[in-house]
Amino acid sequence: MTFIKTTHNRRSFLRSTALAGGGMLLGFNFFAACRPESESAELSMPEEWSEINAYLKIGENGLVTIMSPNPEGGQNIKTSMPMIVAEELDVDWKNVIVEQAPLNTDAFTRQFIGGSQAIRRGWESLRTAGASARYMLRAAAAEAWNVPVGEVSTEAGVLHHRASGKSAGYGEMAAAAAAIPVPEEVELKERKDFRIIGTSRKNVDGKKIVTGQPLFGIDYQREGMLIAMITHPPAFGMKLSAIDDSEARTMPGIRDIFPIKTFKEDYARQYFDTCTFMDLVAIVGDSTWEVMQAKKALKVEWEPIADSSYTRSRGDSQEVIPIPAGLENTDDHHAKMAEMASGTVNVRRKDGDPEAAFKNAAKVIERTYSAPFLAHNCMEPMNFFAHVTADKAELAGPLQKPEYTEKTLSERIGMPLENIDIQMTRLGGGYGRRSYAHWLVEAALISQKVEAPVKLIYTREDDMTSGIYRPTYQATYRAALDADNKLIAFHVRAGGIPESPLYPDRFPAGAVDHYLAEDWSIDSNITVGSFRAPRSNFIAGAEQSFLDEVAEAAGKDPIEFRLELLERAQTDPVGERNDYEADRYAGVLELLRDKLAAAPEQPDVHRGVAAYFCHNSYAAQALDITVENGKPTIQKVCSAVDCGIVVNPDAAVNMGEGAIVDGIGCAMYGAQTFKDGVAEKNNFDSYRMIRMAEAPKEIDVHFVENDIDPTGLGEPLFPPVIGALANALYRATGKRHYQQPFLGAEQVLG
Amino acid sequence: MANFNLNINGKKLQVDVDPTTPMLWVLRDHLNLVGTKYGCGIAQCGACTIHLDGAAMRSCQLPVSAVGEQAITTIEGLSENGDHPVQKAWVEHDVPQCGYCQAGQIMSAAALLKNNADPSDAEIDAAMNGNICRCGTYLRIKAAIKTAANG
Ligand code: FES
Ligand code: FES
Repeated sequence: MTFIKTTHNRRSFLRSTALAGGGMLLGFNFFAACRPESESAELSMPEEWSEINAYLKIGENGLVTIMSPNPEGGQNIKTSMPMIVAEELDVDWKNVIVEQAPLNTDAFTRQFIGGSQAIRRGWESLRTAGASARYMLRAAAAEAWNVPVGEVSTEAGVLHHRASGKSAGYGEMAAAAAAIPVPEEVELKERKDFRIIGTSRKNVDGKKIVTGQPLFGIDYQREGMLIAMITHPPAFGMKLSAIDDSEARTMPGIRDIFPIKTFKEDYARQYFDTCTFMDLVAIVGDSTWEVMQAKKALKVEWEPIADSSYTRSRGDSQEVIPIPAGLENTDDHHAKMAEMASGTVNVRRKDGDPEAAFKNAAKVIERTYSAPFLAHNCMEPMNFFAHVTADKAELAGPLQKPEYTEKTLSERIGMPLENIDIQMTRLGGGYGRRSYAHWLVEAALISQKVEAPVKLIYTREDDMTSGIYRPTYQATYRAALDADNKLIAFHVRAGGIPESPLYPDRFPAGAVDHYLAEDWSIDSNITVGSFRAPRSNFIAGAEQSFLDEVAEAAGKDPIEFRLELLERAQTDPVGERNDYEADRYAGVLELLRDKLAAAPEQPDVHRGVAAYFCHNSYAAQALDITVENGKPTIQKVCSAVDCGIVVNPDAAVNMGEGAIVDGIGCAMYGAQTFKDGVAEKNNFDSYRMIRMAEAPKEIDVHFVENDIDPTGLGEPLFPPVIGALANALYRATGKRHYQQPFLGAEQVLG
Repeated sequence: MANFNLNINGKKLQVDVDPTTPMLWVLRDHLNLVGTKYGCGIAQCGACTIHLDGAAMRSCQLPVSAVGEQAITTIEGLSENGDHPVQKAWVEHDVPQCGYCQAGQIMSAAALLKNNADPSDAEIDAAMNGNICRCGTYLRIKAAIKTAANG
């Protein structure tokens, strides 16, 4: 039996009257429209709700509303997080409706999404919220029936006292339960007693999505709302010099055109305050199309930037981020990366004596891998609603890190946090991009200036060319084999513009006696940020392609080769900082091996395998490809995953499928390139995205069954599939693919 | 500015807009039908797909002045209660992740099935090629189309 103290994060379990964020929430018609209705066959909307804690309220008829604390970006946490609460509360899922919680950092912990951590980090508080509410209901019943609380049991929303035969629905006890003191300690369910966790439940917003209901920030409407767009410099390394709006200003429907400054020069930025262009021109008008026309007619002059830098905080420390002047080119980037890789680098980890081992090796293999900048390309372009008046700021839209952005805005407009209300809409994709919510600040500044409610929308071109990309990377690997084909030394030297992709303590660190990990980076004025599985999204593919080549040189089966190394990491690990659990890593490879044994490779079908650990989870994958006249067709991807307990299996499979398709798409086709500072791909005619015919024909996702608390799932299946793809391409074509994108704009393999 | 009489989801509606305004923005900004989504504005992503006299059409490339008498159907008007076979199949397969592209996907799929009750894989690929999903839900979309076709 697990008992858990409620003291941690106790405020969220208290009845919170401050829940509505200063009461402004209730005025939002948009949110009233996307509020859920009861879909329960037997229960309609109740007359009255009793709020038991910040996470849940219960109607007099037994209908339960569960608040989903974190923003929803497609990971389906708006379904799976409430499922965890419902499990411990012990209610029938069909009598649950789900609402997006308001931003309330007092009541909820970590109200943001990123790093595949929502479920992992929310697990304990979600369970405690449900369990403490269940206790309070039992206590209310015990009081009413005058029996010891220990004798009151629950079953799917009904309280029972077996000895006397008394029973009551949760709804009947809800008002009394709300007055019961929050228990100091509550009992959590045993895994074997789970009835909701581990069963597939449909997306709570599914029906709304397929009928086109307004759910997204870009759909936001408000009486008297104006539309705003921005014009940003045409190239990285340029800034605003002069505006000629004489023509644009007179165009129909245009209200105002003016410059805005996103952050002030001396502002010490928070970690997520990345922003490419400080000075923008805002165009405000009555409708999107009119504003788009004026944006085209607007004449702006730009000038080159000088070298500069800014400070940003990272945890408790501060770092200085340099912004070099200059108009950068992709070709120069390649040359610079090659030069850096052969210059002085940072040693991040060294085990044994790698130099000697390489000198004495029977065989040395060395390969270099690279990948381009990538644009996030969320299908919903960046946007935000803002209404800023003298004494309050109301905002609504899609973002990943509201609790950080709120502080940034407070600082920028000089308004205390309690006067700022940020509402979270559904995100039309995030993948890291919506962690950097400079557009929220921009929307607020524009609203402040025009003194009206405003919705700022980025055009697709703005979205794709205004920065915050996945960095461009390069990694060189060396492996030394002895005369018995044993891997004796491993060396990785990796870097990027402007950040390194290296994880020095990841596999095969710990499995090789002589190991060296080094990195480097090159400053740039091109901005970058988290992109689905940061760093891993490159380094996994590179490392897993390289290990495939090493296994081949050693004459070993790729899965057995990895398992041998993991055996070493388990029984006699090298070093102490290895950041993976070798047995779980081996576990996914073994599960994959078993699944593949049941589906052996067919003639003309070529299979590549890969495995990786990131975001606390493990994934092994095999990708089967056929190639006809140079045209690759991905027949199947088979995955084995260990992410601990799976809350909502079918939704987890859906996300796994998505990560696999996305990973293949990015590696095969994705690239943002630069010419004289200009981002060359500015829309989907030039930026190639994976489309239906290019997706795998079939995807299997198998989960390792265990009792480990849930770990990440949104990202871990993305990185390894790139390695599996590269290895399958090699088997199909006889040619190794070292540079992403593997196909790019080409239609066939060269 | 000019007046246009439009036939949308079986209703007669009037708007007073610039004649070059694409239907996408007429729907979203002037008629509060925001189910039709903006993704690219250049007919490359399919998020804005509507039906024009039953055929799939990218509304970002359709000026309001070109519509005339033709009947427009948007995601909001595809069915009365969200029970079009394609919508039902979408829920059954729990297709959406972020969901942003899905209205366009559903409109393309519904137009395909109208002309071809039992499309092959290759025909589905061809009809859906113009609809991008960054979340990567393509396999479920295809499975849902097959369910709707056989339903
Ligand atoms: S918005 Fe029309 S096709 Fe992309
Ligand atoms: S479901 Fe997110 S873009 Fe398709």
